[in-house]
Amino acid sequence: MTDMTDQSIVPGTRPDLPPPVTESGVIGWLRHNLFSSWWDSLLTLSAIYIVYLIVPPFISWAFVNADWQFLPSVISGEKAPEFSDCTSGGACWIFVRARFGQFFYGFYPDAERWRVNLVLVMLVASIYGLLSERIKNKKPIAWFFFAVFPLLAFFLLYGGIGLPVVPTQQWGGFMLTLTLAGIGIVFSLPIGILLALGRRSQLPIVHLLCVLFIEFARGVPLITILFMANVMLPLFLPQGVEFNILLRVLIGVTLFASAYMAEVIRGGLQALPKGQYEGAMAMGLGYWAMMRLIIMPQALRVAIPGIVNNFISLTQDTTLVAIVGLYDFLNIVRAGSRDSNWIGTEIEGYVFCAFVYWIFCFAMSRYSMRIERKLQTGHKR
Amino acid sequence: MSTQAQANPSGADLAISDEVMIGLTGVNKWYGQFHVLKDIDLTVLKGERIVICGPSGSGKSTLIRCINRLEEHQRGRIVVDGIELTHDLKNIEKVRREVGMVFQHFNLFPHLTVLDNLTLAPIWVKKVPKKEAEEVAMHYLKRVKIPEQAGKFPGQLSGGQQQRVAIARSLCMSPKVMLFDEPTSALDPEMIKEVLDVMIELARSGMTMICVTHEMGFARTVANRVIFMDKGEIIEQNEPEEFFNNPKSDRTKLFLSQILHH
Repeated sequence: MTDMTDQSIVPGTRPDLPPPVTESGVIGWLRHNLFSSWWDSLLTLSAIYIVYLIVPPFISWAFVNADWQFLPSVISGEKAPEFSDCTSGGACWIFVRARFGQFFYGFYPDAERWRVNLVLVMLVASIYGLLSERIKNKKPIAWFFFAVFPLLAFFLLYGGIGLPVVPTQQWGGFMLTLTLAGIGIVFSLPIGILLALGRRSQLPIVHLLCVLFIEFARGVPLITILFMANVMLPLFLPQGVEFNILLRVLIGVTLFASAYMAEVIRGGLQALPKGQYEGAMAMGLGYWAMMRLIIMPQALRVAIPGIVNNFISLTQDTTLVAIVGLYDFLNIVRAGSRDSNWIGTEIEGYVFCAFVYWIFCFAMSRYSMRIERKLQTGHKR
Repeated sequence: MSTQAQANPSGADLAISDEVMIGLTGVNKWYGQFHVLKDIDLTVLKGERIVICGPSGSGKSTLIRCINRLEEHQRGRIVVDGIELTHDLKNIEKVRREVGMVFQHFNLFPHLTVLDNLTLAPIWVKKVPKKEAEEVAMHYLKRVKIPEQAGKFPGQLSGGQQQRVAIARSLCMSPKVMLFDEPTSALDPEMIKEVLDVMIELARSGMTMICVTHEMGFARTVANRVIFMDKGEIIEQNEPEEFFNNPKSDRTKLFLSQILHH
């Protein structure tokens, strides 16, 4: 029995020992992750082989053997650049360089392109201001971004008040893609929130209308909605009323995205325990105050991955506007590589396009992951 | 009245006015086909401290949730501080402003700090200036003995602390009645006492309270009336001494023997 008392241990006095070598370090990592069984090892080796087959040829095509520089005769202005200037057999990036202005601004007149640049600078600056953690007082930025900026951007891009008008037919390229995606994102979120609330509403008519709208928009492909926006909408309007094609497409894209947004947000709403509603109601908060202060901040937080996912697919879906005759980024790059001077540059065009879309969508995805992590560590339930 | 209450430590001696605070007459409620509340008549006077007990499913939670309209009754009348609860949203919100509620699972708002949890309703419902609301909030946090937690989020607190924050949150609206829906049932044994202490202190300050709880020690200490419910009916109600020592109905005796001698 004396042994038993001798064994009594003060908690926390035994030293922490390092784990065995085979469990840590590079060897441990390899053993755990790549070669933990013969099947695992087989997969690892075949994956390495596939990477070997694909990556080196791509690198040699895109970088090592690629043409980057204009010919001296092009720089001196003696001749226009063309596909035959590319001689090394790799990627012909001269194409992208020569066409860059059009890829970016579409048919926007050269002399007015500063307006697009100005809008872009304001956009990037205010998004940075809204998202940066270093800037604490976001209220004035938010006011600028949501109230002043849209008007300013409209007058700068379209014209009026002293600026020459640039009709939307001349908008195109990356600028058009950004306009479509940006407006779609900014409007689909609030409309989606309202639709989601409406779908969960106790009022039968509101509920029914929201369900009908959401299920209709989700049940129809975006292409169909774009065709309808293009062909059918004018039928319903009185004769002689001109309705801008870009505006029609914007409305179509926004409503389509709103329906998806509504469902993602509804998921977030359903993840909240009933007690949150009861806690808020018991304090005497009315419906809208409860939604704004208690429910939505939490529901949106839960829904962030889905919301960003929708943003990303919306950005990619904007390429579909090509079928109603708009020259968005992808369409203008495609058109460029069909130019008789540039026959044979389709691969370069698509790779460039894919790269630009990827940068944007990947940035959104990374950013959403960062917010999620931050919110998780900030306040757990 | 509150000074008199504090002078008298024992629950039974606390002053009760003859002013009616809550009146329920012939209240009936159904969940679909299930008849949860059957002809409930209950009058609560100002300053009364009522404990409701009974087996699970007896309708005791539903009863107090009807008092601030978290549940809707289908027949009968509920009048709180002179305001009848009907479909009129204005009246419902008015009643909720005067009736505080503490839940089994606290229902704090996890995305807000403790201080913001406390000031939210005063600022948005009562339109109290932010600074004043924060002063009131700190006063009540001191009263529930956790002023140092004001800047934390609910998830960083223990269950007992969260429940005390929830009580303080209700008090910030200066309610005339406090409803407690099994406030200690979700707590670890070590934390029950700290919450009960706050509730006892609150009772002694003269607050009108209705508590659904199985803490019989608490009932003996502060309640002036204990109500026993089963199957949607009030079976028996009495002063705590009589209720515990001399229960009238067999159902009450059985219930008491089960919860007191396990």
